Amino acid sequence: MSVQTTDYSASEIRSPASFLANRVFIYGALIFWAFICLFPIYWTITTSFKTAVDVTQGHLIPFVDFKPDWKGWRSLGLSPDSIFQTSTVREEFLKRFMNSVITSVGASSLAIVIGSLAAYGLTRYRYHFAWFKNEDISFFFLSQLILPPVVLALPFLVLYREVGLLDTRIGLILLYTLMVLPIVIWIMRDQFNSIPVELEEAALVDGLSIWGAFFRIVMPIALPGMVAAFILAMVLCWNEYFFAALLTSTDAKTIPVMVASQTGSQGINWWSMAALATAAITPLAVIGIALERYLIMGMTAGAVK
Amino acid sequence: MADQTSTTNAWPANSVPTDLIPPGRKRLGWALMAAATLGLLATILVQILYKSEVGTIGFETWRPVVYAYILWGVALGVGQVLTRGEDGQRALFLLPALLFTIAMVIFPTLFGFYIALTDWNLSSFSGRKFNGLDNFWQMLGDPYYRNALFNMVLYVLAVFVEYVIAFGLALLLNAQIRARKFFRVVFLMPLMLSPVAVSWMIGKSLMEYRFGPAATLARHLGWENPAFFSNPITARISIMVLDAWTFIPFMMIMLLAGLQAMSREVLEAARVDGATPWQTFWQVTFPLMLPVSVTAVILRIIFKLKLADIIITVTSGGPGGATDSVSSFIYREYRDRSNVGYGTMLAMAYLIIIVVFVTWLLKFASRFVRNVN
Repeated sequence: MSVQTTDYSASEIRSPASFLANRVFIYGALIFWAFICLFPIYWTITTSFKTAVDVTQGHLIPFVDFKPDWKGWRSLGLSPDSIFQTSTVREEFLKRFMNSVITSVGASSLAIVIGSLAAYGLTRYRYHFAWFKNEDISFFFLSQLILPPVVLALPFLVLYREVGLLDTRIGLILLYTLMVLPIVIWIMRDQFNSIPVELEEAALVDGLSIWGAFFRIVMPIALPGMVAAFILAMVLCWNEYFFAALLTSTDAKTIPVMVASQTGSQGINWWSMAALATAAITPLAVIGIALERYLIMGMTAGAVK
Repeated sequence: MADQTSTTNAWPANSVPTDLIPPGRKRLGWALMAAATLGLLATILVQILYKSEVGTIGFETWRPVVYAYILWGVALGVGQVLTRGEDGQRALFLLPALLFTIAMVIFPTLFGFYIALTDWNLSSFSGRKFNGLDNFWQMLGDPYYRNALFNMVLYVLAVFVEYVIAFGLALLLNAQIRARKFFRVVFLMPLMLSPVAVSWMIGKSLMEYRFGPAATLARHLGWENPAFFSNPITARISIMVLDAWTFIPFMMIMLLAGLQAMSREVLEAARVDGATPWQTFWQVTFPLMLPVSVTAVILRIIFKLKLADIIITVTSGGPGGATDSVSSFIYREYRDRSNVGYGTMLAMAYLIIIVVFVTWLLKFASRFVRNVN
C-alpha cells in the first residue's frame, strides 16, 4: 500500500528538476501576490513617518533610506510627544472613530438579532402571508442584496429630513442594518439548516416552548455562525461610505467620510494623510488577522453545498 | 426547502389548535391590534392635516409617525400570540425583520418613484413641483448617463478577469504549500480595508504622477508619461485595478472553499488514468467548480453594480465623466445641483435595468447550475 502511494507521488513529480520548477513557480507566485497585497499597506504606514523630502525622493525603507519622523502622527495629535496635549484634530478623529464604532456595532447587532430570528423561522416553519410562502419571503429578503444604495439614498435623504433623522447615528444604524440584513439572513439560514431538527424536537418534548428551545438549544449551537455573520456585517458597515457621505454632515460623520474629505482638499500633507489612513484601516486589519477564521466562515456560507 | 416542509408537518404534537385559546384572550388580541392600527392611522391623518395646514394640532416633524409604526409593530406581534397561540409565536420570528424591511425598502422605493416625477431642488425654497415625465425625457437625452451605463458594462466585464486571477490564487492556496494560513490572511487583507482609505493609499499616493512608487516603476518599465487618471482609457483601467485589488479576495475565498470541498478521489482517479495537470484542470476541476464559480461571479457582479466609493474619492468621475459609474454620477448630480427629482429618476431607471439584468443573469446561470439562489 505504502509502495503504491509513493508510486503515485513519483509519477506526479516525474523528475527532481520539474518538482523544483513547480515549487519555485508556486512560491514565486505566492510571494508576488503577497507583495501586491501588502505593499500599499507598507507604503501607507511608512509614509506616515516620512517628511516632505523623503516623500518626494521616493524613499522606501525606514532607517536605511530615511529617518522616521513622527510628523504625520503629530498632526493627528497621536504622536508620543503630542498625545497628552489638547489637539482639535485628535478630538475630531476620535469623535469620527466613535461614530464609526457605534454605527457599525449597532447596525450589526440589530441585523444579527432580527436576521437570525427571521432565518430561524424560515428554516423551521411554514409561513403563509397572503399569497407569500417561505420561498417568496426568503427571496424577498435576499433580493435586497441587489438593491443599489443609490436607489434608496435620495428618498432617504428627503424622508430623514422630514423625520428628523438626518445626520444622526440612529439614522445610519437603520440604513446599515438594512444593508447587511440579507447577508446575515443568508449566512444564518445556512447555519440553522445544518443543525438537526431532532434537537429541538427533544427540547419540545421536555417541555420547552418554541422560543425556549430557540434560546436554550439552538442559539448556543449557532453561535459561531452568528459571530461570523456579525464580523462580516461589521466590516461592511465600517467601510461604508456612500450613505454616510450623503446623510451625515457634522454630528454623525464616520471615519471613511473624514478620510475622503481630507483627500479632497488641496495641499494636504502626505504624511498626515498617511497617518489618518493608517489609523482608519488598523482596526479592521487587526480584526482580519485575529478573526480570519470567522470571516472565511461567513463568506463561504451557502456557497459550497 | 422541501425537507423543512416535512419536518414541520411531523410536529402535530406541539401545534396547539387555535380553538384551545379562550375566546376572551382572542378578543383581547383583536382589540389590541385594532386599537394599534387605529392609533397609527390617526397619527398619520393628524400629521397630514397639520402639514397641509388644515389641522391645527400636530408635530413639527414626522417622527411620531415612526414611533406609532413601531408601537403598531409591537402590538401586532403581541396580538398574533394572543389570537393564534403557537402559530403566533412562530410568526413572531419573522415579523421584526419583515416589518423592518417593508418600512425601510418598500415605502422609500414607492416614495422614490413619486420623487422621480417631480422637479425638486432641495436648496431652493420653491419646494417640489410635479412635472410628470420631464425627468425621463431629460434622462434619455443625457450623454453622461449613457456613458455611465456603458462604463458599468465595462466594469462588470472586468469581473471575469478578476475571476481568472481569483481562481489562480485559490489554486495556489490549495496546493501543497507551507505557511498556508499566513498567505491566506495576507491575501484576504485588501478586503478588510475601507475602499476610501484604499483610494487614497493606492489611487492618490501610489499612483501619484510625480513621486508615487507605481508611477516610478512605470517610468522604469518604459512608460514615459505614467498619468494613470488623465486619459479616459487608462483611468477606467486604473479604477478597475483598484476595485479588483479590494475584491479579488472575496471571490478567492469562495473558490478556495469550493476547491477544498472537492473530493480527492476524483483527482486521484484522473491522475491514475494518466491525465496531465492541464487536462485534469479543464476536464475535472473546472467543471466540478462550476456551481461555486457561478455563485461567486454573480455575487461579485451584484457588488460591482454598486461601485461608487472608489470613483467618487479618486477621480470624482473624471476626466470629463469618463470613469463615472451610475452611482457616482448620481451622487455628483445631487451634490452639484441638489436636484433630487432628476437624480432619483436616474436611480429608479438604474434599479429597473439592474432588476431585469440580474433576473436574466440568474435564469441564464440556472442553466449551468441548478442550485444557485
